[in-house]
Amino acid sequence: MARRVPTSRKWLVTIAAWAIGFLIFFPILWTILTSFKTEAEAIASPPSFLFFDWTLDSYREVQSRSNYFLHFYNSVIISLGSTLLGLVIAIPAAWSMAFVPAKRTKDVLMWMLSTKMLPPVGVLIPIYLLFRDFGLLDSRFGLVIVLTLINLPIIVWMLFTYFREIPGEILEAARMDGATLWAEIVHVLTPMAVPGIASTLLLNVILAWNEAFWTLNLTAAKAAPLTAFIASYSSPEGLFYAKLSAASTMAIAPILILGWFSQKQLVRGLTFGAVK
Amino acid sequence: MATAHSRTAARFMIAPAVLLLLAWMIIPLSMTLYFSTLRYNLLMPGMEDFIGFDNYSYFLTDPAFFAALTNTLLLVGGVLLITVIGGILLALLLDQPMFGQGIVRILVIAPFFVMPTVSALVWKNMFMNPVNGLFAFLTKAVGLQPFDFLSHAPLTSIIIMVAWQWLPFATLILLTAMQSLDSEQIEAAEMDGAGAFARFFHIVLPHLTRAITVVVLIQTIFLLSVFAEILVTTNGGPGTASTNITYLVYAQSLLQFDVGSGSAGGIVAVILANIVAIFLMRMIGKNLDI
Amino acid sequence: MGQIKLEKVTKAFGNTQVIPPLDLEIEDGEFVVFVGPSGCGKSTLLRLIAGLEDVTSGDIVIDGTNATALPPARRRLAMVFQSYALYPHMSVKKNIAFPLKMAKMPEDKIEEKVKNAAHILNLTDYLERRPGQLSGGQRQRVAIGRAIVREPAAFLFDEPLSNLDAALRVNMRLEISELHQSLKTTMIYVTHDQVEAMTMADKIVVLRAGNIEQVGSPLDLYRSPNNLFVAGFIGSPKMNFLEGEDAAKHGAHTIGVRPEHLRVIHGATTSSGWTGTVGVIEHLGSDTFMHVHLDGDRGTITVRADGDNPAKVNDKITVEALSEDRIYRFDKGGMAIR
Ligand SMILES: Nc1ncnc2c1ncn2[C@@H]1O[C@H](COP(=O)(O)OP(=O)(O)OP(=O)(O)O)[C@@H](O)[C@H]1O
Ligand SMILES: [Mg+2]
Repeated sequence: MARRVPTSRKWLVTIAAWAIGFLIFFPILWTILTSFKTEAEAIASPPSFLFFDWTLDSYREVQSRSNYFLHFYNSVIISLGSTLLGLVIAIPAAWSMAFVPAKRTKDVLMWMLSTKMLPPVGVLIPIYLLFRDFGLLDSRFGLVIVLTLINLPIIVWMLFTYFREIPGEILEAARMDGATLWAEIVHVLTPMAVPGIASTLLLNVILAWNEAFWTLNLTAAKAAPLTAFIASYSSPEGLFYAKLSAASTMAIAPILILGWFSQKQLVRGLTFGAVK
Repeated sequence: MATAHSRTAARFMIAPAVLLLLAWMIIPLSMTLYFSTLRYNLLMPGMEDFIGFDNYSYFLTDPAFFAALTNTLLLVGGVLLITVIGGILLALLLDQPMFGQGIVRILVIAPFFVMPTVSALVWKNMFMNPVNGLFAFLTKAVGLQPFDFLSHAPLTSIIIMVAWQWLPFATLILLTAMQSLDSEQIEAAEMDGAGAFARFFHIVLPHLTRAITVVVLIQTIFLLSVFAEILVTTNGGPGTASTNITYLVYAQSLLQFDVGSGSAGGIVAVILANIVAIFLMRMIGKNLDI
Repeated sequence: MGQIKLEKVTKAFGNTQVIPPLDLEIEDGEFVVFVGPSGCGKSTLLRLIAGLEDVTSGDIVIDGTNATALPPARRRLAMVFQSYALYPHMSVKKNIAFPLKMAKMPEDKIEEKVKNAAHILNLTDYLERRPGQLSGGQRQRVAIGRAIVREPAAFLFDEPLSNLDAALRVNMRLEISELHQSLKTTMIYVTHDQVEAMTMADKIVVLRAGNIEQVGSPLDLYRSPNNLFVAGFIGSPKMNFLEGEDAAKHGAHTIGVRPEHLRVIHGATTSSGWTGTVGVIEHLGSDTFMHVHLDGDRGTITVRADGDNPAKVNDKITVEALSEDRIYRFDKGGMAIR
């Protein structure tokens, strides 16, 4: 039962929490605000907080100078592509482990997880050289493959935890009803697991969107997603705060929105079910 | 248990995932292992020689390695300290009744969704820049000399940036764990006369142990591989002041084209990560009952 | 047709033998109930018949053809699960139609059959609902509907009523019995509730640790149990058992008398009865059950008396069997002496 809390205390907590929340969020807020300033206002001292001439110039310029939308498109293709490909491979695998567990299922799961713990620098050179030799450097296709592989363990694992909550009897009922394996997965399992599959998709799109090791090392220009594109602002263009902010805002906005929808799944997905 | 038929089907269904991951693990890793025994420079193709463990002794005795190892440990340790303690405090705060809890939660979680390159550049330029940054403005406003964070305290600056990104993760998980604490337990302790501090140390904290362990282990895995933040802010410098192992390996192999010793470094990184991974896997495995 | 024969069927999970070699014949149109305590292998046996598990050895013959290697869908059996196992994302109509759709039946025929089934099961008004919007009893009927549209050779039920409350359970019990009478299809029904077994079955199979203890009609089992286990399992309240001197008097190792076959004599002691003190008394209105602690620490026995029996706690009473042939005798191994 909820207990009555003294209102004064509730207000105190509210003020403290909002203050801290605001502080943590401030860098993002500041970036968004700066993106609507002119370059001069962006470095003005004292900085103006809300009372400046709001303008979209920086956004226009970011696009006209560097074809921003190509990189945005690359990010979409790479994150969505790698996640969907991962789902296609992972759904059958998770089905097997959740509904036909064998003695070694646990070992397989743990092993899959362990591949996620392989530090990327451990395989950077061979992957780089292989990509070079196969002409995959700076290609969207190459990145989709790599991101699929590095996120596959998380996808399998998340789906597995969701599938496990579906009673096996329902799939057995489908089997009794004459469903083939294909029909069982397509008509019964997948529709029932839609919430879980959607969460998995969401979290992995976020992870792939923000992935900044392989995207930085394997792309240059043509296939560069936003992570790599923004990195090109490291010098000296980064000193143009308004443009940096405009580019940054556009890069993080879609994921901030998606991310807020996926708070719950985040915990489950990133702790591999160890914390619910 | 099921029928032989469904077991066969299961094997087919799991095969693609297993084979792909197996290939992903074995092929490049064995290549790295192989390269690490060669004198191999990308600028001098065709001159590869087998040199045994020379790359390892070269990499491990390089003063840069020692610096990178120290930096890696400081980076991981510093970020963990900030995020775990901050996360517990924040979770305690957010678990209290308040107005607009949902919105505060959203504000606190947001940094986790910011891509590393963006967060690093925003911090570097708009906050830590000694001329135009917000911090410089604030220090000047109170009459102090602006501090050039990235040249004078590069590692600390990076720790701050990374901690900002991971604090939400720690908070979210600890908050989730805290909310799963049975409120009757707290009430029972209250009936038994336990004060707020006693309740925290005897009931809340023990309940959180698991979640804290998970946070520490998972963050460690990611923090060992911090890369983008260093690349776009300090490039590992000045000198090696902010170079971690990941960045060192990158610099050796893709900037100096010394594939041989870069590979040796990669293997060292794998071994370091494995030490953490073993603990993490135990933890998750214990929790997984099939 | 729905004749099912199990020949030397065994099942082991890893190294644990759950079903030892077992033979059983089920005739076409029979209502067979598997009863037994929890964990005795009832569900396993049913799932073996369904094809959801492989037998370790032995054969399952359905209507004369060996079905041991057939997948579940090809055995022409329908199963109703304890959890109903309805497809939560499909409407009632789609749930019932699913097996027909899988059999690639033409749409109009599916429509007609679903309508029929819904009519039989009083589900016509609910066809567009999702299972989540139905009561337990309605869900149960949907599960049955999904089974009957296939016109299977036999129905398999695994504790279908255990999730329902007591009143509904009695209702559904009747409905299933009526369904059996109108369809005349073989039904195999698993339960651990002996009342369900007694009221529904043509034939009861009593299982213990995977072994068949006895097969027979409900009254057969009640009247002449083969052994102590069956005697104790069938009938409610449980049969009273006495050992030692009392049993020896009847030339047995153990004797058993059902509570309903005992008569109460107040106060006085007669030669053929047992004297004791009344402990707990349970008044059910029509009947009164008394738990009598026999003198000399010989145990406690339960007696059924009339609803208006005047006995009170701590009264001294004597009970005796209605007649000598109501006393069941068992040898040292627990087998009935006839
Ligand atoms: N998949 C399995 N793996 C290992 N052992 C199993 C498996 N399924 C069942 N068993 C074991 O087989 C025995 C019989 O189980 P079964 O489910 O058939 O019992 P039951 O008679 O249906 O019990 P209940 O009345 O509780 O449903 C039990 O001891 C159980 O532990
Ligand atoms: Mg059972």
